[in-house]
Amino acid sequence: MLDFAEWLATTQWSIALHESLYLYPWIESSHVLFICLFFGTLIFVDLRLTGKVFTNLSISRMNKGILPLTIVGFCLMSLTGLLLFYAIPVRNYQNIFFRIKIFLILLAGLNALFFHKRMSKEAKKWDTDSLIPNRMKVSAVASLFTWSLVIISGRLIAYNWFDCDRQPQSEWINFLTSCVVEYQLYEEIDGI
Amino acid sequence: MESNQIIELFYFFEDSFIGQYIRGSTWLFPIIESFHLLGLAVLGGSVVLGDFRLMGFILKTASTGYVVKQTRTWFKLGFCLLVLTGVPLFLSEAVKCYYSRAFWIKMICLVIGIAFTFLVRNPLVLKNQEGKLIPLLGFSSFSLWTVVAASGRWIGFS
Repeated sequence: MLDFAEWLATTQWSIALHESLYLYPWIESSHVLFICLFFGTLIFVDLRLTGKVFTNLSISRMNKGILPLTIVGFCLMSLTGLLLFYAIPVRNYQNIFFRIKIFLILLAGLNALFFHKRMSKEAKKWDTDSLIPNRMKVSAVASLFTWSLVIISGRLIAYNWFDCDRQPQSEWINFLTSCVVEYQLYEEIDGI
Repeated sequence: MESNQIIELFYFFEDSFIGQYIRGSTWLFPIIESFHLLGLAVLGGSVVLGDFRLMGFILKTASTGYVVKQTRTWFKLGFCLLVLTGVPLFLSEAVKCYYSRAFWIKMICLVIGIAFTFLVRNPLVLKNQEGKLIPLLGFSSFSLWTVVAASGRWIGFS
């Protein structure tokens, strides 16, 4: 994986993105705006499931109206996110917050998968019963919680205080971030 | 107020206890900023839902007034979180903000945005739910808040 990231970093477009004065900030700003679109709309989908908002609208109507926006937000957010990763591949790959973020995205994805499987089967029932199973409410709260953590860890990527270049770090940090540390060098420096 | 008085005031903010405390910490600024971003998402979601309904893109079966009423509580909640986190962020780098064009654009649009939302958009929508100007209100509000969010992000680049 590290080899792949290192290869990505040598590609022409990655260098161009990394060095561009305006393109990188523009992509990052739009990433933030698409996060608002994605997570901002998802909040209301999840809050509807817990019965906190839009209780006059049925769940299926609410989802039909809002989820397309959430999906558009997700696609654009992912696209800009990939570009941001592509601009600085090695540093991101070895960034502990980036790794935590990817792990949390996978968790959030599994939760969404579980949720949609149940929803496609039972949404009509929920509409008429007006009683949402507790398991679905838990899933909605878990979605809000996990995505919030995704956003927090994502923001921390830019401030990585466990960067491979900032040595010495504890051994388990270097293990978790796959940092290749030339200890000998540091020992020599310590020796001086 | 003359400009040198303003800059003195900004130095005063930056020298404040909170400003110094945040600057002295490695992780405090990033953590506060993360929650600022969460607040932005809450506010952003309410703006998107409300304004897209006003423009007639989504939830057409619900009235515009209903959507505005359902989203405004969350708008206020997001706004509170933004102010609570935004003020300490500002205090930690007030002088940098003073020289940042993005900061001033954001603040001006923020004031206009708040006034527009609470004095124009919400009262007009609740009074006249299907008027011809309603989509225009949605468009104006959405544009204003987009500029606030984008220029806010831009402060970090300047």
